[in-house]
Order: sequence, then C-alpha cells, then structure tokens
Amino acid sequence: MNLSKIIKLANGLLLTPDMDTNIEISGGYGADLMSDVLAASQPDAILLTGLTNPQVVRTAQMSEFRAIIFVRGKQPQAETLVIAKQENIPLITSPFGMFELSGRLHKAGLPSFESNESNN
Amino acid sequence: MSPTTRVPTKQEVYGRQGRSITDQDANAINRVEELSYDLKVREVMTVKMHTATPEMPLSEVLEILRVNRISGMPVLKDDQLVGILSLEDIVHAMQNNELSSPVSQYMTRKLITVASYDPIVGAMQKFSDSRLGRLPVVDENHKLVGMITKGDITRGILIALQKDYKEEEVRRYRASHLFEDIVSDRTTLVLRYNIKAHDFTHGGNASSNIKRALLRLGADPQIARRCGIAIYEAEINLIIHTTHGGILKLEVESHRITMSTTDDGPGIADIEQVLQPGYTTATEEVREMGFGAGMGLVNIKRCVDKMEIESTVGKGTKLTMRIYVPTENLNVRKEG
Repeated sequence: MNLSKIIKLANGLLLTPDMDTNIEISGGYGADLMSDVLAASQPDAILLTGLTNPQVVRTAQMSEFRAIIFVRGKQPQAETLVIAKQENIPLITSPFGMFELSGRLHKAGLPSFESNESNN
Repeated sequence: MSPTTRVPTKQEVYGRQGRSITDQDANAINRVEELSYDLKVREVMTVKMHTATPEMPLSEVLEILRVNRISGMPVLKDDQLVGILSLEDIVHAMQNNELSSPVSQYMTRKLITVASYDPIVGAMQKFSDSRLGRLPVVDENHKLVGMITKGDITRGILIALQKDYKEEEVRRYRASHLFEDIVSDRTTLVLRYNIKAHDFTHGGNASSNIKRALLRLGADPQIARRCGIAIYEAEINLIIHTTHGGILKLEVESHRITMSTTDDGPGIADIEQVLQPGYTTATEEVREMGFGAGMGLVNIKRCVDKMEIESTVGKGTKLTMRIYVPTENLNVRKEG
C-alpha cells in the first residue's frame, strides 16, 4: 500500500514534509515495546507506536521499517525528528488510537506483519 | 493537543509531470542545478558545424540539413554571423513554393547568441525566453565558434552526472574490495565505539554506523540486518545496565563478523537467569522507553550464530556475538 494512501486513511500529518510519500509499504506492525519490534518484524513495514523517543527511529532503522506513525496525535521529541531526517524515515502523526488505526489500515488491505507466538 | 489532519494536496504529492518527486530526484535536481552553473557553454556546444551563406539557394541548404539530419544552421557572410536558418524557415519557403530563393530571403536575422564562456544556465534561460531550438555561440570577439541546442545541454549534464556516478561507484568498490586489495594472512577491520551509561538520546547511533559500515563493505543485507539488531540490543544494554557505560567493538573478517560489548560493572550474578525470556532488572523509566522487557539477550541469541557471556559481579561483563559469513568474501553478495 502506498504511504500517501496510509496517511490519508490515518487522517495523518506528515511531520517530515520533505520526504517522499510515494513509497510502497508492505505491512503493518503495532507495538510500544521496542524489543518486540526487534524480535518479530519483517522489513518494509510501517510501525504504529505510542512511543516518541529517538529509539523508535533507531529501532525502525534496524528492523528496516519504511515509516512510523505515532498514534493518538502524539508528537515526537525534537531529537527523534532529527534522527528520522538523517535516516530518511518518514514520521506521521495520526489522531487515532492504536486499535482504531490498526483496524482502519488492516480493513483497507494492509496486512499484519506481526508474527504470532506459535509461529516462532 | 489537537492533532492536525491536513492531507497533502495532489499538487503537493505529485509534481507537474504527474509523478511525485522523490528525495533522490530532489538530490539529482540540486546536482543538475549545480552543474548548470559549473558547466560552460563551450564544454557542451557543437563545434563542428555546417554553415550557409546568404546567397545559397534554400534547396541546397535543405539537402545539407537532410543529409546531416540537422534542423538548422548559422548563416555567415565574410566570417560574420548574419542570420540563422531553420527547417521552419524552409517550410515557410516551401509553402510559398520558393525553394530556389536565396537563404537571405528566409533566414532569421534577429540574432540571439550565447557566449562560449557563459554557464549553461544562461543558454537555458535564453532557450526558454526565445522558444528557439538552437542558438549560435560566439566568443569574446563575437566570432561564431559553435552551436548549442537543448540536446547538447542535456547530453553535457548527463555526461557530468555519469562522471559523478562513476566516482561514487569507485568509492563503494574500494570499500567492498578492502579484503581483497589488502593482502595479509588474516585481515581484520576493527571498529570501536564508546557508549555512555544512560545516554538514551544517542542510543543506537553506534549500531546505526556499524550497520552502514557493513553494507558499505558489501555485506549481505540479511547479515547486516541480523548484526544491526543484535548490536543494537547490546548497545541498549550498555546504556541501561552499566555503571560507567562500556565499549562496543566490531571486528570484520572475510569469513565472520564478531561483535562484543565490554563494561566494568555491575556484572551479572546469574547468567542462566538473565537468559530467561522476560527476566528483567530494568527500571520503570527504561520500560517507558520501550525497553527492559527482558527480551534483549533473547533477541540477540536469535540473530547471531554464537553468543557468549562472561561476567563477574563487581568487575564487569563481556558479551561476544558472532555471525559467520557463508561466502568466501564479504563482498560476494548472495543472489536474491
């Protein structure tokens, strides 16, 4: 799914305005626990999270996420924005909560990239 | 906090050409802009050119244009530029059935010239102002020295960009051939990073640099990803748990990658216990940052081929992680 479509579905605001939103996102992953993200993610997904510290971007970078959406209208810390620009990872803020946003994106056809415990 | 819900307009997302401008495009545009000031007209113009005289019949000029597949030529009288004749002028003459007329009757006399020493941006400006397809180039003494078309400019920029690209390729090639070019019985590249305790803001910077270095060295992207996740968890551990921070070390050899963290305390009393998924001693503050769920070492173990922990309470901990590179050299990428 195209990132611009995701931004639209999320009623989102692109916080890194110079970045390309015409990129393909293969799946979604929602977590507030960065170790969970590192443990079980697949590349080229979008990360839905309520955390806004710089580690979110670092985690996204290590796990090769293509973009990050902050839920419940959260705004990232200044340092988070700096690193995101450096690493070219688009940051978006959405007014929806984690459950609502996950549902909207999933319903619109974005697959879940979370791996279930039984598959591990 | 009231979230703004503005969605970029189509005009903002898609450029005028109906496609979006990516960051890479933007970089290329900047470089092209730069080049349009760096490159001089004389570097891209066509020097070898056909010229006509005012007395020549148009039919003769048409033949020269046709044979050489060009669409216009300058008109010279006694070495002085007096006009320009284009296919369009000839079409005019054909409509009037006057192909036997002399060049002087149909040539364009209003001359717009560019100077050979001008940057090509000047020529681009004149092309867009005049809507002409080709412009004569003159030197300091106003003598005709060449012709320039939009195609010449495009070609000149492409050649310059190609040169840039080659330089970047050479840089990448040099890094990826490090292990072939430097001959020894055993070559090891060692990178060291000092990690401060509790420095969450910069946490992950070292891991990020390590991952980048591995990719630049030509490591398989899958291996770089595994190393990145493992070293990142290890870096976070140094930040969260150590008394004075520690040292993060990467050793790259052609057949394996060894990563390690060393610190001087507090040390781990029961190593078996810290290896249990979910076991943690992290503070609430650390948990709020999304870490300290007792998954770090479990994650590391999953990513690397070999993991070892040596620790003495009161002295410190050494964590060693090893990934074996399946191919003979780091710079040999796996297909797919």
